[in-house]
Amino acid sequence: MAEKIIKTEFDVERIRGDFPMLSVMVNNKPLKYLDNAATTHKPFSVIERVRKFDTEEYATIHRGTYKLGERATILYNEMRTKVASFIGAPEPRSIIFTSGATQSINLVAYSFGHRYINEGDEIIISHIEHHANIVPWQVLCEERKAILKVIPVNDNGELIMEKYEQLLSEKTRLVAITHISNALGTVNPVREIVKKAHDVGARVLIDGAQSIPHMKVNVKELNCDFLAFSGHKIYGPTGIGVLYGKPEILESMPPYVTGGDMINTVTLEKTTYAKPPSKFEAGTPPISQVIGLGAAIDYINSIGIDRIQNYEKELLIYGEKVLQDIGGIRIIGTAKNKASIISFSLENVHPHDVATILDEDGIAVRGGHHCAQPTMKRFGVPATTRASFAFYNKPEELDALARGVKKVLEIFS
Amino acid sequence: MSYQSELYQQVILDHNKKPRNFRPLENPTHSCDGHNPLCGDEITIYLKLNKDMMVEEISFSGSGCAISKASASLMTTHVKGKSVEEVKIMFDEFHRMIRGEFDPDKNKHHLGRLTIFIGVREFPSRTKCASLAWHTLICALDRKGEAYTE
Ligand SMILES: Cc1ncc(COP(=O)(O)O)c(C=O)c1O
Repeated sequence: MAEKIIKTEFDVERIRGDFPMLSVMVNNKPLKYLDNAATTHKPFSVIERVRKFDTEEYATIHRGTYKLGERATILYNEMRTKVASFIGAPEPRSIIFTSGATQSINLVAYSFGHRYINEGDEIIISHIEHHANIVPWQVLCEERKAILKVIPVNDNGELIMEKYEQLLSEKTRLVAITHISNALGTVNPVREIVKKAHDVGARVLIDGAQSIPHMKVNVKELNCDFLAFSGHKIYGPTGIGVLYGKPEILESMPPYVTGGDMINTVTLEKTTYAKPPSKFEAGTPPISQVIGLGAAIDYINSIGIDRIQNYEKELLIYGEKVLQDIGGIRIIGTAKNKASIISFSLENVHPHDVATILDEDGIAVRGGHHCAQPTMKRFGVPATTRASFAFYNKPEELDALARGVKKVLEIFS
Repeated sequence: MSYQSELYQQVILDHNKKPRNFRPLENPTHSCDGHNPLCGDEITIYLKLNKDMMVEEISFSGSGCAISKASASLMTTHVKGKSVEEVKIMFDEFHRMIRGEFDPDKNKHHLGRLTIFIGVREFPSRTKCASLAWHTLICALDRKGEAYTE
């Protein structure tokens, strides 16, 4: 019955077969995994690609004078090209492999910060950032005596753009903004944000941790200066992330972590650094994880990000409907432009209790502040229950979620 | 009975809905603010100790999940009239019980009805909810001012 709700042509059962974790049982119930904003599961193709690399092709890179090392180096560099074309970056050298979105943002805060942020300069973030896009800027601002400004949001969880324009000035050096809020699902108008920032000469970092898995992101079209995201949220491995940066800006930035692999020559007196991206990839990188990330991108491309987006949009609409039909539920984050994330609160029931009781039925949701305490505060709640969908979710799982929430309300009535 | 229904027993649901001693205390001799940084739960414990170091009055305020609220509520009803020394023994037994290191069915204990929290041991992610009030109480007794779940 519910299946008819979804009009996008999408063989979700076939897709689910690609993901071994989706057939796991929890409390003797089939897992209904609705915590995709936290991390996503991996298809066989990713698992198998990493296994093959580790069992047949593994070697370290950039130093092998032997066949395996050369082959691994070529593969690693191919992955850089793959990531570049995935996000529309004209040059592979603008892609830096990091350990995740958090490290990508910290790299910019440290390196760009030390080169370009001085006393009295201003950095702008929004009220609905993940802590990963708040704390590095607070630390930097404190250190450099710079000023952190915050774009407020309206009651729907949308940025108030007039306020943003008022915050911008010739003092603004950087705008660091999330593309999609992990706590509310709001899709921010990043293209417009970038344009306005560039008008005053400021640079823009986009936190793409939540957007890369759900929509087409093209850095050339957006014209952003930096983009950060994580492998484990796009069906790839943990421990791998990406920082895109415009090559000319990366060139001008000092190294972040120093050591091997990021140098041209080292004498005991002086070192000359390699050019980006090597300059920012000190030490032996997570080679297998980079290979896995490449396989994840292949998988997404094989399905098509536009189809993913259309299907998830329908899931979102259906999910909001079945939850709202229950009554007694407050959806937090009602932006017009929203990704497949539903944050909600129930009167008199704490999200932790909701999550524990849903878990009994194999439903995995997140109850907590989602590393976005300022967002929670803005909406007057300590925490929310969050269901976040991926293209491998199906309407029946949202029906199960609604039944589970009903049960919670009964237990606590 | 599922682990979940063992966790959310009627007594716990009842104390969540109608927490006992849920109000600030005027002129406490001891108090402490407790935080669970993981989930943002916050609780304040207010105490009046008499000159024999017995808990004469105890109350709490704050917000949290059902487990943390019920734990705080039941804790206040159980430690009233106890000596500081007894409270510390109860804390130790309670803390070990919810982590599955102490079985009140097999050992002599001082927990009374607090044993209904035994179900928490099946939920390692929730032990901090159950122990927040206790950590905060111990902090108040030690006059530390602020407590965080470890
Ligand atoms: C919007 C956003 N930014 C940054 C991060 C941090 O990503 P990671 O923990 O993979 O570094 C997350 C992860 O939850 C996120 O949702």
